Amino acid sequence: MSGPNTSYDPVEVAALAPEAVDQAVADALAAIEAADSLDALKAARLAHAGERSPLALANREIGALPPSAKAEAGKRVGQARGRVNAALTARQAELEAERDERILVEEAMDLTAVPARRPLGRRHVLTVTAERMADAMVGMGWEIAEGPGVEAEWFNFDALNFDKDHPARQMQDTFFVDPADAGLVLRTHTSPVQARSLLERGVPLYVAVPGKTFRTDELDATHTPVFHQLEGLAVDEGLTMAHLKGTLDRLAEAMFGPGIVSRLRPAYFPFTEPSAEMDFRCFVCRGEDTGCRTCGGTGWIEWGGCGMVNHNVLRACGVDPERYQASPSGWAWSGPRCSATASPTCGS
Amino acid sequence: MRVPVDWLGEYVELPQDVTGEQIAAALVSVGLEEEGLHTSGVGGPLVVGRVLEKHPEPQKNGRTINWCQVDVADANGTGEPQGIVCGAHNFEVGDLVAVILPGGVLPTLQGPMTISARKTYGHVSAGMICSVRELGIGDDHEGIIVLPRLLGHEQVEQLGLTPGDDLVGVLGLDREVVEVNVTPDRGYCFSIRGIAREYSHATGAAYRDPADLPVDPATGDGYAVELRDEHRPHGEVPGCDRYVARVVRGLDLTRQTPEWMARRLTEAGMRPIGLAVDVTNYVMLALGQPLHAFDLATLDSPIVVRRARAGERLRTLDDVDRELDPEDLLITCGPDGERILALAGVMGGEDGEVTPGTTTDVLIESAHFDPRTVARTSRRHRLSSEAAKRFERGVDPAVAAAAAQLAVDLLVEHGGGTADPAITDRDERPTTGMAPIRMEVDLPTRYVGVDYPAARVVELLEAIGCDVRAEGEGMLTVVPPTWRPDLTDAPTLVEEVARIDGYDKIPSVVPRATGGRGLTHAQRSRRAVAAALAGSGLQEVLTYPFVGESRFEELALPADDPRRAALRLANPLSDEAPLMRTELLQTLPESLRRNVSRGSRDVALFEIDTVTLPDHAAKAPVPGVGARPDEETLATIRAAVPAQPWHVALMAAGQADRAGWWGSGRHVDVTDVAAWAHAVADTLGVPVRRRPADRAPFHPGRCVELTLADGTTVGWAGELHPKVVQRLGLPDRTAAAELDLEVLLRASDHRTQARPLSTHPTAASDVALVVPLSTRYGDVEESLRAGAGDLLEAIELFDVYVGDQVGPDQQSLAFRMHFRAPDRTLTTEEVNTARDAAVARATQDHGAAQR
Ligand SMILES: [Zn+2]
Repeated sequence: MSGPNTSYDPVEVAALAPEAVDQAVADALAAIEAADSLDALKAARLAHAGERSPLALANREIGALPPSAKAEAGKRVGQARGRVNAALTARQAELEAERDERILVEEAMDLTAVPARRPLGRRHVLTVTAERMADAMVGMGWEIAEGPGVEAEWFNFDALNFDKDHPARQMQDTFFVDPADAGLVLRTHTSPVQARSLLERGVPLYVAVPGKTFRTDELDATHTPVFHQLEGLAVDEGLTMAHLKGTLDRLAEAMFGPGIVSRLRPAYFPFTEPSAEMDFRCFVCRGEDTGCRTCGGTGWIEWGGCGMVNHNVLRACGVDPERYQASPSGWAWSGPRCSATASPTCGS
Repeated sequence: MRVPVDWLGEYVELPQDVTGEQIAAALVSVGLEEEGLHTSGVGGPLVVGRVLEKHPEPQKNGRTINWCQVDVADANGTGEPQGIVCGAHNFEVGDLVAVILPGGVLPTLQGPMTISARKTYGHVSAGMICSVRELGIGDDHEGIIVLPRLLGHEQVEQLGLTPGDDLVGVLGLDREVVEVNVTPDRGYCFSIRGIAREYSHATGAAYRDPADLPVDPATGDGYAVELRDEHRPHGEVPGCDRYVARVVRGLDLTRQTPEWMARRLTEAGMRPIGLAVDVTNYVMLALGQPLHAFDLATLDSPIVVRRARAGERLRTLDDVDRELDPEDLLITCGPDGERILALAGVMGGEDGEVTPGTTTDVLIESAHFDPRTVARTSRRHRLSSEAAKRFERGVDPAVAAAAAQLAVDLLVEHGGGTADPAITDRDERPTTGMAPIRMEVDLPTRYVGVDYPAARVVELLEAIGCDVRAEGEGMLTVVPPTWRPDLTDAPTLVEEVARIDGYDKIPSVVPRATGGRGLTHAQRSRRAVAAALAGSGLQEVLTYPFVGESRFEELALPADDPRRAALRLANPLSDEAPLMRTELLQTLPESLRRNVSRGSRDVALFEIDTVTLPDHAAKAPVPGVGARPDEETLATIRAAVPAQPWHVALMAAGQADRAGWWGSGRHVDVTDVAAWAHAVADTLGVPVRRRPADRAPFHPGRCVELTLADGTTVGWAGELHPKVVQRLGLPDRTAAAELDLEVLLRASDHRTQARPLSTHPTAASDVALVVPLSTRYGDVEESLRAGAGDLLEAIELFDVYVGDQVGPDQQSLAFRMHFRAPDRTLTTEEVNTARDAAVARATQDHGAAQR
């Protein structure tokens, strides 16, 4: 770069003349003003504020001036470059803003159509429903127990007080494992898990059991050999049928919303005594439409059986109902049998 | 059980105008289930009409219709004759006919049809002249009803039928039959007597016991009956503890079953056959006591009740020749009981049977059989009957004599017979009462959560027929009525108290559970896997677990493949699918095919469920009810249940990315499925390795086995073998995977986080390695992992190059390795050292050269 040059006559440095500096500024401002794009501005910046620009060149000459003239010349050139830079910055901002706005306009897309690029995945309504029920039970402090689908006959029937000759055992339409004396069946209900839980976990006990169950029903519009069921078992001191009803009401509300209550009707099941059939208020018509197709106009949807655990079940599971005459008592219920094909009680 | 309302009304007071619906609701409230309500389906106005004019009008279609004027008096509101078009010709001017007027309803196959005035054949026909078929009271559709012909002149006169009179009641079209479901514990409700009693419990209506009738006392000289049940297979309980035999002689063979009885039998679902048999059925329906009528003339004295002997056979009335079992209880006759008449309480044989039109002298059997004996015989011979249904649920042993008496009375009255004064009643019951039950009087309150005062408990139990005695100190002794063999212990009495007081009085109280541990690791993990797969675009499906051997062929499982040794059902729904699947991939193809056939070409499915492992031969003991088996037995039972691990399987075909206005598409391929399978393991935080595999049903060159670090198999992913695809009718290039979730769950440590989170940045380093074409990516990656050490966080293959810049039979693999330390930012030297160690290991293992 240029250093002090004593042989040089500073007066003759034309570039530093006020007129020359003013002219350079005027040229620069005009070019900046005329720049209509960021590229044009870039060219203007190079021409009027770059290393080879008149003002940059003039600035270089200042070092050659005698000290007395340096200050004034420096100030003049400095102010001039300041004005040019300010103009550049301002124009840059303007042009960038214009460009940004234009890009947003240019990039606009029509998103009123959703691309079906990927097939959608989804969970099965039955498993999601089972999970929601399980969550409601867990929320009440219960645990979720599971058991095998191919089950010992003893767990499926005898442990639950289904005597070998009892008509109820014959009414279950059971799949038997070959050979027929293998002592194995496809469980006809989730109830064997009650017996397993009592034997394995002891009391007090609060378990809900979701799972597949099997009956030898040919598949048609209203029958299916495979059902999904949820059932519960509570064994604790001082439990009554009122607690059973309370739990069912809470579950119904969790599944279907406020106002969906349960109803108990007398019934018979070998593993409970007293026994009840439980219905939930129809979540579609809420009992206000005699033409409702979901509930058949009855206002209620059947959910299954429930009741106080039969003494024979407690005995089979090592709980002595005589010794614990008052406690623990327990109750159980088994929920809706939902088919994999369709069933109004399992939907929403 | 079908309950004709008018029959019910004979035994319990029904309110005026009570509807079948109200009766059903009352019965439901005490525990009977409504099964249906049967009505004629005919709604009025249906009235008597007199034909005033009948003008035949031939039509173009060849038919002739009659344009009639019919007098229906004021039934049409005007008193003017009603103009009606009628297509039938079997009537004359002046005949009394049945006319349904506009507004009336007729049952049709398509549902109820409301009658309205309509234009037809150039007239406005304001109603219809009905046939028996249209009213659902007969099959004859040859013509319309002419009332004197249908009802008889006497009855028309007796009723004084004139035009405008209502016919709904006259023709019995207002009759209703309530059908209820009877639970297995309430055998007594298989009778109008029992249903009437329950209706009385539900409503408080006055009950009249139809068994409460004058019964002729037994005499010593009745027909000889011997109860010879020597070996009693079910403990000390005799197969028959009471046998009443009554004889009626000289039945008039011209007498028919009275119309009212035939109608009640029909309404209750039984077919009238002939008077003697109809009477026994009628009494069974009325009182719940099954009766059997024998043709007296064909019997050899005595009647012997005994068990079957080895080798004996019986052809039962359903025309099946049966080999008898020594446990079967038989009704026989002859000195040695050599002639077999019936399977006791189940079904008769041809020998001794009443023949309608021939039999004039009958012997009526009214007996009480052991429920277990009848149940076993019924089950053993797969032979159900109205009698067996009642005996196996328990019949009131006290009603036998009254039932026989009612049958005799009906045969005398309607059959013109004469009752023998000699009457047999072999009553060998040890006691005539039921076993008393002790119950704390506050037990119902403690069980049900409703406050039942002591007096209320006694009142309710007495209402159902119990004999209740207070013993002091809050104890009751309760003797149930003879028709309630189901009342055996205190909880059964609690149910009666709650039931008769009303289940609707039970309040709703949420219990305070002890506080659980939430979902288990396995449950949470299955949800996470399902969510991950659904989030990746797969649909969850549920399939039935039944398969057949042909599926193993279709999947090309080798002959000795252990997956073929599936658990077999003894009574499968279909002989085509008698086995329990050993892999989910055995049942997923149907689901995929169904989706495709319904028009969705791009299908990616997954199923999470259990499979049943094969190689299972152990038998599970069945030690019976009411007692905890010993530990050894329990362990044997548990061990005999086959292992049923949870699996997850995937199957996909069609487009992974669809083509459309947004761009081009991409066919789903084996790499998608392999990635999804890998994602399952990633979701559970389990590192898995991949190695090439050749396993059915996959393409031998496009299958990968996923394993844990220790080599334990997790599962396989791959493209299905082209032959398998073809045999199963799946879309080309269908790809699938199946993983054992149990293996993954055991490997996933759920209690602690596998690796502390580092907040320091990762450093990436790329290496390109030249290896022989035959070298597997996965093997090179394994070597790099092993060489890089703990600082390596992730590694990915991002480019594969084959071409001029590497030698022939060589490939260049470009890996990006991500390094990170938990506690510091790595220096360049540390990263380079780790990378160099990785490359050195790859070089050592595979002769890899860095490019
Ligand atoms: Zn509804």
